[in-house]
Amino acid sequence: MATVEARERRQPWILLSPALAAVTLLLFVPLLFIVVYSFWLRTATGADVVGFHLDNWQEALTDPFYRDILLFTLKIAAITTIVCGLMGYPAAYFIARAGGNRALLLLLLMLPFWISYIIRTMSWINILGVSGALNSMLLWLGIVDEPLQLLYNQTTVVLGLVHFLLPFMILNVYVSLEGIDRTLEQAANSLGATRWQSFLEVTLPLSLPGLAAGGLLCFVLSAGTYITPLVLGGPTDAMFANLVFEAIITQLNWPLGSALSLMLLAVLGVLVAIYNHFVGMSQLAKGFG
Amino acid sequence: MDDTKRYERLLDRYRNGDIDRRSFLGLIGAAGLAYGVVSPMGRYARAQDVSQVRFDGWGGVVSQAFRELAFNPYEAKTGIKVVDGTFGGADEYLSRVKASQPGEFNIAHLSGVFDYARYADLGLASELNEDNIPNLDLVIPKLVEVLRNYTNGSLSAVPYDYGTTGIAYNKDQISEEEAKEKGASLLIDEAYKGKIGGWSDWRTRIWMAALQTGQDPNDIQDMDAVWDAIRTHRDLALKYWTSGAELMSLLAEGEIYTTEGWSGRIYALQDQGHPIGYVDPENGYGWQECLFVPKGSPMEACEELLNFMLEPEVAIAVAEGQSYPPSLDPQKVDLGEKIPNLPAFDPTGTLDGLTFANPAYWNGNEQEWSKTFGRIQKGY
Repeated sequence: MATVEARERRQPWILLSPALAAVTLLLFVPLLFIVVYSFWLRTATGADVVGFHLDNWQEALTDPFYRDILLFTLKIAAITTIVCGLMGYPAAYFIARAGGNRALLLLLLMLPFWISYIIRTMSWINILGVSGALNSMLLWLGIVDEPLQLLYNQTTVVLGLVHFLLPFMILNVYVSLEGIDRTLEQAANSLGATRWQSFLEVTLPLSLPGLAAGGLLCFVLSAGTYITPLVLGGPTDAMFANLVFEAIITQLNWPLGSALSLMLLAVLGVLVAIYNHFVGMSQLAKGFG
Repeated sequence: MDDTKRYERLLDRYRNGDIDRRSFLGLIGAAGLAYGVVSPMGRYARAQDVSQVRFDGWGGVVSQAFRELAFNPYEAKTGIKVVDGTFGGADEYLSRVKASQPGEFNIAHLSGVFDYARYADLGLASELNEDNIPNLDLVIPKLVEVLRNYTNGSLSAVPYDYGTTGIAYNKDQISEEEAKEKGASLLIDEAYKGKIGGWSDWRTRIWMAALQTGQDPNDIQDMDAVWDAIRTHRDLALKYWTSGAELMSLLAEGEIYTTEGWSGRIYALQDQGHPIGYVDPENGYGWQECLFVPKGSPMEACEELLNFMLEPEVAIAVAEGQSYPPSLDPQKVDLGEKIPNLPAFDPTGTLDGLTFANPAYWNGNEQEWSKTFGRIQKGY
């Protein structure tokens, strides 16, 4: 009997071991390297000095330049998340209530994932460019005499991020809405609530965990983005991940780049911890299927 | 058959008209590259047949020239896969090399003496046996010497082409007279606010700012004025471009009217019929590109390749494909009809009209200047 119990206790770990090994080798070990690297130094020629130095951390934590770019990054991420929430909720609600067309709508929602994120981001250049589709149409309709300068600003960065992240928000909210017992709304209506009141008092509160999960995903992914500000941003629209790239690639300062990337990881980690405390990570898992 | 005989036989076939230029380039280009490529297990693999080769270059029309003129026909004829990697800049490539095993990267189409020096400073310089590269005698001496001087008389690369970073402008919006008169100052002209671009490369930005403030780029006395000029440019610019493809797209689509640009890329735009003009201001940024062999590569085979790539027929054909003049001395080699019409071409072979970056000067300031530029670029 004891042998059977021991085997049953081991079984989950045996099943988990490939995934654990992969996560350890591909995530924790590289992360450990980055932690070690963050305490090294860079010489004038770009070579690394091995040792335990706090210079990079001191610079990353005390220099207002990094703080300001981090705050700007969080601002862009917050705006993106709010826009995704405002646009994604009605779309998710519509899909959840779509009846027989639901499968088709979900398929359409997944379609953008079949195209590379970079290609999708660059497609905005062909839409919003001086000789792009939108300007061509405005000129053709006689609405404007000169093409409008629509690209390479904060708005286009947010637009690109929303384009990328909106499906994540919709899917999470949709899963949450799908889990709500429709008879609760009917009960509210039978007690005299209007449809709007039953939505506000019943459906919306019950779907908030999905909205929070979608919001967390949108926020974390947009705060860590690198491509979108590079492709669609103007000269001063760089985000924190661009600083990491610049430190590592342009300045060949891997130690400072490591400290900066860990700094971003820590900030986003705190956010995830707060989410976990109030909502729980299980809601995120629902959003993935 | 040894390497030399194989190359010579191929060259004979080309000279005799047995194969066309495209096929010829395809065969020699990739065959040569095959020698340069090793994996982390390269020391063992070298003893066997090469099944895959790697070359890293700048992408766009430059890599297109290599791909179309060299790699495709080579793959078709030999079955050997050519992995032609691209990079956005030498900084990016250096990071990859730094993270790789010795010998994993073999041949790189690097730009500038500055990068050669930087790679050497990091201990990546190999030592070529020049006896195995007799065609080096055909190369413009100034291009060779500037490399040799940095690596104590030896060479880790052979110069392959050269060009300039000058001022590109939309001829429908800006006259040639205005572009010539203003030169680099065109990039800080308020009249074109929102229609100005610029490479997000700290060296180029500082070089242009030095010209805008009337200073010698290789001996800047007033850095504050340079930073102010960079801030002015930043505030007027629509976009910092990060690759040659983006440069061409911004100009071709009319998103920007002026930017600095690479002579070969601008020539490619002109060749496509776009109304883009190009001027080299006084003290404009001259540079050379070299075929660099990092330490750890199979030297003898690479030397064979480099020598063959410097054969006039090969170098001229590739130069015509990528629109940059070859490093061959026009006083020693007949470069044909197209090359003399390329921007930045110097018929004298002295290159006295071009100003190259002083590697010691720029390397000495790299750490501080690249960091400061990174901050100014982002609004500081």
